[in-house]
Amino acid sequence: MDIVITGLLLGGTYALIAMGLNLQYGVARIMNLATGEMLVAGAFAAFWCHTAGQVSPLLSLLLVAPLAFAGNWMVYRFMLRPLVRRARDPGQLEVDSILATFGMAFIFVGIMLAGFGGDYFSYSYLVEPVDIFGATYALNRIVACLAAAAIGGLLCLWLYGTRTGVAMRAVAVSPRSAGLVGIDVPAMSALAFALGGAVAASGGALISTFLTMDASVGVLFTMKALVIVIMGGVGDMRGAILAAVILGIAETAVATLIDPGLTLAAAYLMFIAVLLFRPQGLFGRRAA
Amino acid sequence: MSRAGGWRMALAAAGFALAALLPLVDQGYLLTFAVTVAMYAVLATSWAVFSGPTRYISLATAAFYGLGTYVVAIGIDVLPYPLLLLLALLAGAVLAGIVGLATLRLSGVYFVIFTLGLAELVRQLVTWTQNNFGTSRGLYVLTDLTESHIYWELLAATAAVYLFGWWIGRSRIGFALRIIGNDEVVAEHCGIGTAASKVALFMFSGAVAALVGALLAPRWTYIDPGIAFSPILSFQVVIMALLGGAGRLWGPLLGVLPFALLWEVISAQFPNQTTLLLGIAFLLVVYVVPHGVAGRLETLLHALRRGRG
Repeated sequence: MDIVITGLLLGGTYALIAMGLNLQYGVARIMNLATGEMLVAGAFAAFWCHTAGQVSPLLSLLLVAPLAFAGNWMVYRFMLRPLVRRARDPGQLEVDSILATFGMAFIFVGIMLAGFGGDYFSYSYLVEPVDIFGATYALNRIVACLAAAAIGGLLCLWLYGTRTGVAMRAVAVSPRSAGLVGIDVPAMSALAFALGGAVAASGGALISTFLTMDASVGVLFTMKALVIVIMGGVGDMRGAILAAVILGIAETAVATLIDPGLTLAAAYLMFIAVLLFRPQGLFGRRAA
Repeated sequence: MSRAGGWRMALAAAGFALAALLPLVDQGYLLTFAVTVAMYAVLATSWAVFSGPTRYISLATAAFYGLGTYVVAIGIDVLPYPLLLLLALLAGAVLAGIVGLATLRLSGVYFVIFTLGLAELVRQLVTWTQNNFGTSRGLYVLTDLTESHIYWELLAATAAVYLFGWWIGRSRIGFALRIIGNDEVVAEHCGIGTAASKVALFMFSGAVAALVGALLAPRWTYIDPGIAFSPILSFQVVIMALLGGAGRLWGPLLGVLPFALLWEVISAQFPNQTTLLLGIAFLLVVYVVPHGVAGRLETLLHALRRGRG
């Protein structure tokens, strides 16, 4: 029970990060390996707001999200669009975007290390015990999970309820056909990429309330987000949420029952299982 | 063999012979650096043998390398060193085979993601095993092999990789891989067993990386998971191979020399800036030299020839 609830709380924030990556990969077709660094940037911004201005991390989201949106939009417009145009086939775009986003991730880590050093950063926010079913949990984890659920819920409502959301899902299904029915595919892709980055940064700000982070921790989150997206099925939001919860619970179970050093191994084992038995994702249909 | 091919072979042989004389000239810093360069040369070239034609980016070099190192570290007191090298080759091939079978049947992204975490996965497993069942975290490798021996061994490995790569290039499997790299659907329709060919070549590059790890184990003397599975190695190898040009067998070598030199300088002068260097190099590969220095040289040569004729 204890494991399930802790896992659920962790899975909630994972789900948000994976949703961001899902937008970027599912709609904009950019496999963004710098997503973990975006998360660290969000976390660092929240940390900075809290220590310098006593701003609550939840409030700092109002600053983090628009900034990340603008930054990611610029990255897409000026760095990734040329690659999209140059690519002759999806395979080449995949290779190019992987290398380019890797480069950006390393540059980000390099700048962070140069500017702020490799120190761990953490702050205490809402460190109060809460009782659920007789066991105690930290309030900050619960708040982070609820906030993540709220952001994710809004995103889903927008995707499934508005005209722009429908257009975006159309691009995810087929960029070519979307263009034929009058959807501005490049603009939609840029929007999706920017939105995905904003979501990832918000997830980072939320995670920073209960986890200690440092400049180079991003790649770990990237890997987890990737595993979740693949497990849930590319472009599938429901699958991503379910996969995130499963991963959160599995990680917590392994950390408490076996060894905290094996969490990544747990994630990878699930990844292998998915690749072997359901490569199309949890809810995905087998390609005809 | 054509006349040009014969000339190239002779040139390569002369190059190797010249390189082999280096330990007679200098035993100090130059030799140490040469060992590093030779190590990267083997790793980058064997990486390109698989990733060049197929365009699958493998980030697992560190996993195989670490595996090889560990095979030697665990067995050095029990088994003779040459046998351990053979075991390392085998271990690398088996691990690559497993990973390949699980991921290479699917699209390239799955492969990249999986290899990205492989080194960390193996490191966590090794650390956990050592913590729970072993006596200590570190292991000692004490041999009477000197730096010169390691250098010569690496040179021999380089030569072997080159010969193998050259043979692959003109064999049926090499041709099949080039078709796969150009269009996998076409390859399948031609009746090529795409998965089997990819797995076979990936096993080769994995085995070589493990062998290099095993060859370098005596250099470290003390080995722990952090040293053996340093993830940065995978990225360095990718950068060097792509910077030089993975499309040609001799391409990676063009990337290895300048990048290894630059890396030496940067890590000596600004040890905190190596990550930044790695990032810039990645962007350079994508935006400035997409086909590597080798690709640039070839277009230049073509232009020159056309200008003359």
